[in-house]
Amino acid sequence: MIGVVITTPLQSIVVRQDRDISVVRRAVSTHAERLNLSVLSRTRLVTASSELTRNMLVYGGGGVVELKVYRDGERLGLGATFADQGPGIDNVEDALADGFTSGVGLGLGLGGARRLVDQFDIQSSEVTGTSISVAIWLKDDGR
Amino acid sequence: MTLERIAIVKIEECLLVTIQVDMHDRLALTLREDLGERLLTTQARGVLLDISGLDTLDTFIARVLAGISSMAKLLGAETVLVGMQPAVAMTLVELGLTLEGVHTSLDVDRGMALLKKLLV
Ligand SMILES: Nc1ncnc2c1ncn2[C@@H]1O[C@H](COP(=O)(O)OP(=O)(O)OP(=O)(O)O)[C@@H](O)[C@H]1O
Ligand SMILES: [Mg+2]
Repeated sequence: MIGVVITTPLQSIVVRQDRDISVVRRAVSTHAERLNLSVLSRTRLVTASSELTRNMLVYGGGGVVELKVYRDGERLGLGATFADQGPGIDNVEDALADGFTSGVGLGLGLGGARRLVDQFDIQSSEVTGTSISVAIWLKDDGR
Repeated sequence: MTLERIAIVKIEECLLVTIQVDMHDRLALTLREDLGERLLTTQARGVLLDISGLDTLDTFIARVLAGISSMAKLLGAETVLVGMQPAVAMTLVELGLTLEGVHTSLDVDRGMALLKKLLV
């Protein structure tokens, strides 16, 4: 149940080279720890972020990652938006399917990232490029 | 740019690699090359990859690790991956990665024991 989600920016990271992927991983990890996300939630979000950042670099020619706190009433979460100005994704449904790749990968990154997070929104077009937002909520039972 | 490398230590007939940093892509590829060379020069028959210090494994790094294992095999050595954190293992499964054909063990001691068995 998502009411009005308020987001507060935390950090923004420019991604231009493969080293920046680990910069993103470390930043997500640090903010997840500060927010007290469980180890599993943190690992999931860091892994999803790693996949999406690499895609952004490989297919979108780089871009920007924005980390933010999500707040929905009492509920807190950690989110990230991965935006590039690349060629966009031809067919989003196809791209999300496991095993679909236009490159040499396994085609697990995008679909896998979606499975790992609580919220996943994707916008992509030839004109605007690709923007993917993900978030993981702090679970009530502390998981 | 500094030439970062992950250390490879020879113990008896095995090469021990302890990955403690967040491994960026190039570092992983360098490790694969270095290991290939060391396998040739030392004629080691086993590789122990300790990933207890890694708190994430994405598809790229997982693929490099699986690639190291296949490469070592072609060079006559067995590879055992040890110390995967539980959250990392769960996430890998959710991602859809199985790391098929890669031997795994809980920790370095058990990994060493498994390697010894694989090498007889
Ligand atoms: N930011 C992006 N811009 C344009 N196309 C993209 C973008 N992200 C993904 N894609 C397209 O979606 C496909 C599927 O992506 P996914 O991450 O699932 O697989 P992959 O990157 O090809 O392989 P893997 O991630 O398993 O190494 C890609 O091959 C690419 O065609
Ligand atoms: Mg990918």
